[in-house]
Amino acid sequence: MRKLTLTVLLIPPILWLGLLIVLPHVQLLALSLRERMEVGVYAYNLNQYKSFFTETVFLETFIRTAIMSALATALTLVIALPMAWIIVKIAKGRGASTLFVMCLLPFWISETIRTLGWMILLRESGVIPQFLVAIGVTAQPIELLYHDATIMMGLVYTSMLFMLVPLINAIETLDNSLIEAAYNLGANNAAIIRTIVLPHALPGITAGCIIVFMLCLGNYLTPTLLGGTHSQWFTEQIYNQFITRFNWEQGSALGFLLLLLSTLMIAIALRLSGQRFTDVMRRA
Amino acid sequence: MIPSLPRSTVFKTGTWLYLSAFLIFLFLPLITVAVFAFNDAAYPAPPWHGFTWDWFLGNDAKNRVGLLADDELLNSILTSSIVASFVTLLSLSLGTLNAFLMERVNFKGKTLLATMILVPMVIPGVILGISILAFASNCAELLSQWFGWELEWLRPGLPLVVLGQFSYIAAISTLTIAARLKRFDRTLEEAALNLGASRIAVFVTILLPFLRPALLGAAAMSFLMSFENFNTTVMLVGSDAPLTIEMYGRMREGATPTINAVSVLLMLMSAVIALTLFRRDEPSNP
Repeated sequence: MRKLTLTVLLIPPILWLGLLIVLPHVQLLALSLRERMEVGVYAYNLNQYKSFFTETVFLETFIRTAIMSALATALTLVIALPMAWIIVKIAKGRGASTLFVMCLLPFWISETIRTLGWMILLRESGVIPQFLVAIGVTAQPIELLYHDATIMMGLVYTSMLFMLVPLINAIETLDNSLIEAAYNLGANNAAIIRTIVLPHALPGITAGCIIVFMLCLGNYLTPTLLGGTHSQWFTEQIYNQFITRFNWEQGSALGFLLLLLSTLMIAIALRLSGQRFTDVMRRA
Repeated sequence: MIPSLPRSTVFKTGTWLYLSAFLIFLFLPLITVAVFAFNDAAYPAPPWHGFTWDWFLGNDAKNRVGLLADDELLNSILTSSIVASFVTLLSLSLGTLNAFLMERVNFKGKTLLATMILVPMVIPGVILGISILAFASNCAELLSQWFGWELEWLRPGLPLVVLGQFSYIAAISTLTIAARLKRFDRTLEEAALNLGASRIAVFVTILLPFLRPALLGAAAMSFLMSFENFNTTVMLVGSDAPLTIEMYGRMREGATPTINAVSVLLMLMSAVIALTLFRRDEPSNP
């Protein structure tokens, strides 16, 4: 009887994972391995992957997306770390929780709206270029949208919370007396950060970096809106193949490569910090 | 570094400067969106032309289409709400079931299931979208070939959007509910059983009230995440556009402040949900 109940209860999660996660990805892999010869006739080969290397635009966009995502992740970490420190260690009581809620609030609001805000701020006729003219920094309004730096800023902005939360969780368990002891023994700030804070926060740093990198890599909205037609983000290539060109075979291969890259980076980050996947995800 | 150690003035000033810059960075885009929803000009751009409600209330008579007269936008809000309600319902039910399986039962393959539950969260949303799109189309094709069934809901459209969003939001709600269930003191349950309560009575009078904050939190989060999802939705959407897709289309073309107006409305909605959740959390979560 118990066994039967358990089996019945296990059906929904298995259906969920099987039908929405596992089988679709098997299908994606299968699609990526075939080539359309003529209507209804397919051959199975590696041509879709070959064209990834021969058509330079795919490879270039891929590398560009990977490097920019890694940079955005590093930047987010550097900006989020002091904030996490302030919230946990410097602000006190109500101040700390108010600060945390303030950091949280923007992320309850959709990425579309936040991006709209940046577009109104940054475009040539927008707030910041007009302001720069008004205070005499530039003679003409300059276009601040559609640069790589703009994409980068947008990615850092949308990723901030996902770095902040694991960092705060990690720093919260750091005992102040360790820092006081180090200080009494003559360590300066740099030494304290290097030998105490960073090693202690490492699990949080890993979790944050994994999530942020993955979010940047898979982001479509921010790069296409802030980068315009020249954003050259890899997800845009996937979208073009799937939706615009209706070339699902090529699109699947590109999608699989993106998935591979994202999984590989997660594996490397886990290996480097010596952690387990399940622990890291729970932390986040 | 910390208050108990001496800090130089430079360090203190630096902290304040950094804090202000950080908060400005966080809130500047939101404030900008809100401000230009009330600007009396055809495009959301400076300078300030005076205050107006036109972008909310405007109609043909005023030659401006305000939010309340913009049928497409209103329809997309309705579409998003329907999608989000289904996603919330599904994610909450599955999340609760998963949480109980993870925390209360032992069975073969539990570690595998526990790991698999986390997987949807590390797959980029775009990939989730295309894989479900490809799989559903293939299923539709095969079913039509084998049985002559024409299943419209397997083609791009709202049912697929719901499934696509549900595929990863369920994982998040599972974690939220499981985290709370883990902290439950099982002696309470045993006491109730000893005193003669039935299993159902224990569930309704002890477990459910205990899980309430987590269930509410998971519901609010699921609803918002669904409402705001773009990356997965864009791959699965058919002819009915949810709000984010509609807004994205307009933003690429340079839209009127009507979308600022709808943004203000959404911000209010998010703020209300967020604040009620925080308030609810405080007494039970010291």
